[in-house]
Amino acid sequence: MSDLTSTAGETDGRTGLHTSEAAKQRLGRRYRAEARFKWLGAGAVALAALFLLILLSTIVAQALPAFRMNYVTLPVDLSAERVDPADPGAANYDGIVNDAILAQFPAVTGRQERRLARGLISSGAPPLLRDRVVDGDVPLGGTVEVALPLDDFADLYLKGLLAEEGRVQRLAGTVRATVEEGAATLAFTDAAILDRAREAGATAGEDGALALTASTASLLVRLDSGVFKLTGVAPADDGARAEAAVLRPLADAATAADGEAGLRVIATPEGQRKITDQEVVWIDGLAERGLTQTTWNTIFLSSGASREAEMAGIWGAVVGSALTMLVTLALSFPIGVAAAIYLEEFAPKNRLTGIIEVNINNLAAVPSIVFGLLGLAVFLNWFNLPRSAPLVGGMVLALMTLPTMIIAARAALRAVPPSIREAALGVGASKVQTVFHHVLPLAMPGILTGTIIGMAQALGETAPLLMIGMVAFIVDVPGGFTDPATVLPVQIFMWADFPEPAFQQKTSAAILILLAFLVLMNAIAVVLRKRFERRW
Amino acid sequence: MNRILVTTSAAALAVAMSAGVAAARDQIQIVGSSTVFPFTTAVAERFGQGTGNQTPVVESTGTGGGMKLFCAGIGESHPDFTNASRPIKDSELESCMAAGVTPVEIKVGFDGIVLANSKTSERVDLTKEQIFNALAKNVVVDGAVVENPYTNWSQIDSALPDKEIEVLGPPPTSGTRDAFVELVMEEACPEAIEEADGCTQVREDGAYVEAGENDNLIVQKLEANPDAFGIFGFSFLDQNADKLQGSTIGGVEPTFDNIASGDYGVSRSLFVYAKKEHVGVIPGMAEFIKEYTSEAAWGPDGYLADKGLIPLPEADRAQQREDAIALKGMGS
Repeated sequence: MSDLTSTAGETDGRTGLHTSEAAKQRLGRRYRAEARFKWLGAGAVALAALFLLILLSTIVAQALPAFRMNYVTLPVDLSAERVDPADPGAANYDGIVNDAILAQFPAVTGRQERRLARGLISSGAPPLLRDRVVDGDVPLGGTVEVALPLDDFADLYLKGLLAEEGRVQRLAGTVRATVEEGAATLAFTDAAILDRAREAGATAGEDGALALTASTASLLVRLDSGVFKLTGVAPADDGARAEAAVLRPLADAATAADGEAGLRVIATPEGQRKITDQEVVWIDGLAERGLTQTTWNTIFLSSGASREAEMAGIWGAVVGSALTMLVTLALSFPIGVAAAIYLEEFAPKNRLTGIIEVNINNLAAVPSIVFGLLGLAVFLNWFNLPRSAPLVGGMVLALMTLPTMIIAARAALRAVPPSIREAALGVGASKVQTVFHHVLPLAMPGILTGTIIGMAQALGETAPLLMIGMVAFIVDVPGGFTDPATVLPVQIFMWADFPEPAFQQKTSAAILILLAFLVLMNAIAVVLRKRFERRW
Repeated sequence: MNRILVTTSAAALAVAMSAGVAAARDQIQIVGSSTVFPFTTAVAERFGQGTGNQTPVVESTGTGGGMKLFCAGIGESHPDFTNASRPIKDSELESCMAAGVTPVEIKVGFDGIVLANSKTSERVDLTKEQIFNALAKNVVVDGAVVENPYTNWSQIDSALPDKEIEVLGPPPTSGTRDAFVELVMEEACPEAIEEADGCTQVREDGAYVEAGENDNLIVQKLEANPDAFGIFGFSFLDQNADKLQGSTIGGVEPTFDNIASGDYGVSRSLFVYAKKEHVGVIPGMAEFIKEYTSEAAWGPDGYLADKGLIPLPEADRAQQREDAIALKGMGS
């Protein structure tokens, strides 16, 4: 109105209200404002997309190694002396697996060394082998080639996540090695090895010898089939001499070798990594002989939790989540829809229903842990239901999602045009017939949207489950509603808290599984919604 | 539509009813400390694999929460074991006895608490007094109790690096924090402060950052910030030895051997309590105690040592094993 009066004075009859210079400027301003707003909006969307991309790509990049797993294929003695064909489950599988791995390293004798070598194979391998034998997957009688899972540190090493590859470089000149009582003396014709030792951080003693310890980089010399770890290097008249430990003996237990050699430098000092030089050499040896192979990690996708990172699986938590969500849906959907129908279509509008409405709205905002306390007090202590059971978890989460569902369902019912109800009543339908034959089908898409929001919220909850014992370490995959179980977000939370580095990748992989579960759940809701969708 | 609604509600009702008849429990239930959790879970898993018993369910509820559940009573709905990162309190023992529960105490090992920083930074030598001066809310300067004025380590002692004090540690709800306060702060506490605020107050001006219960998060933050220090359990230092170094406290480095021998001053005992009344009722109780106290589990070369538990001295292990297997109850 003020525009009209202010510009009216400038009008000279020919330039109209909307064609004056001021009007054009105003118009330009409005267009610019619109363009600005569009750009801001697009920018906001782009920024959100960028963050999502960064989030997803970090998780995916972290998670990918967890979906692959390294096995070592060893000949395993399953003859009748070791495994009684009448009772294959009772055999000593620990011993069988230990013998299989120790057979690969005939030079290993000491107790500590044997322990180290046994540690290359996962401690979950013997039970796994037993299960496969009992199931008949592995034939009995005689020696059989079996793929056994590697320990998590060996696995991480082969994935290149623990110590840098460190290519083998040719050494100038030749090297002569003499082995005596487990230790070796190496004679280098080229003195460059001294520089290498200095680069590795070795400090010179009084006699000019360089000592290599667990806090310096490791120098591994490869000569023929032997691998020697230098412990001290000293200059000599014709090059350099070095003391070394034998990590892999020469072929045929020879005591001397001569020839060109390769050098591998592992820059991280041995004292600072969880894998020793000896283990590195052993694993490399197994890999060179073609005994290790990387496969799709079926253990992760098919088993329950474990304290051994390489044996830990997500399937127990997936089943637990599915069972819990089923209970939640079975309880909250019918109760929520029924409550919404009653409140919206049948209940008189009075003070009591007003109070109920306010309470439902408030309940939707109550912190979820409160429902956990309620579950503990009512379901566990009063009803005496079992702890850690998906049934109780589902009931608690159903209580939590009910308000959300009721509010969404009421909004959906309210959005159905009154003409539909009036028409139904007009042709003589009863109130119940009107609601169930006409109003509810039309409101269904909206109700399903509310349901999926509530269910997605329930899927991600950990806090209320803490009180009823579902934040727990459970190895067995649950088989029913009253078996102890845990759920996906709890599994993620627990893995994030374990100190072993291999669990970091498992955590990211479990997040991806949780996202996949959510997408699947949403997809089902979208399909159902499409079926119910009506237009008027 | 009508039919769908009726079927789903019938199903829901059926599910709810079926729960009323919970089957007798044939599975051990364990609750308690999150510090002992990684060790007890490892034992539980081996126990399940080795003996053919069902794998026990281990919950991480915190020491206090675990005690409450454990002492609530006898019967299938109450847990059989509880983990604790401190000995049972007198008040807890009383409530246990009142409910007819006789706890059997098993001391399973030690856990060291370390102050560590990134390997890219220099290692520092600290005393408990210096740590107290860096982290306490109130300190004594020139004989007077004042609010902590130190912002740099070098202000406390010129031998320390000239870096801002920034320590990431657990929140007050954590057992690690309780133990740290008890073993470092209270020990180094001057008398004047003991009278003023009781030695347990940690400064709140930003020099001490509460980094949450997740120790892995602290490890990652220390990697990113070489000037910061972190407080956490020894097992996290052990597993991340390529990235972190532990500060020496009182001249002693936090290593496996130093903690085991008791030389390193910031360590605490870890406990598992068994419910005597459940032995023989819940299957596998006695076998589980045997597994936990076997040399293969808690010995110096056992699998718990690989997980970061620091074993008791040999004589203590033998004594504890004997008492545990004989089910020597407390308070009787």
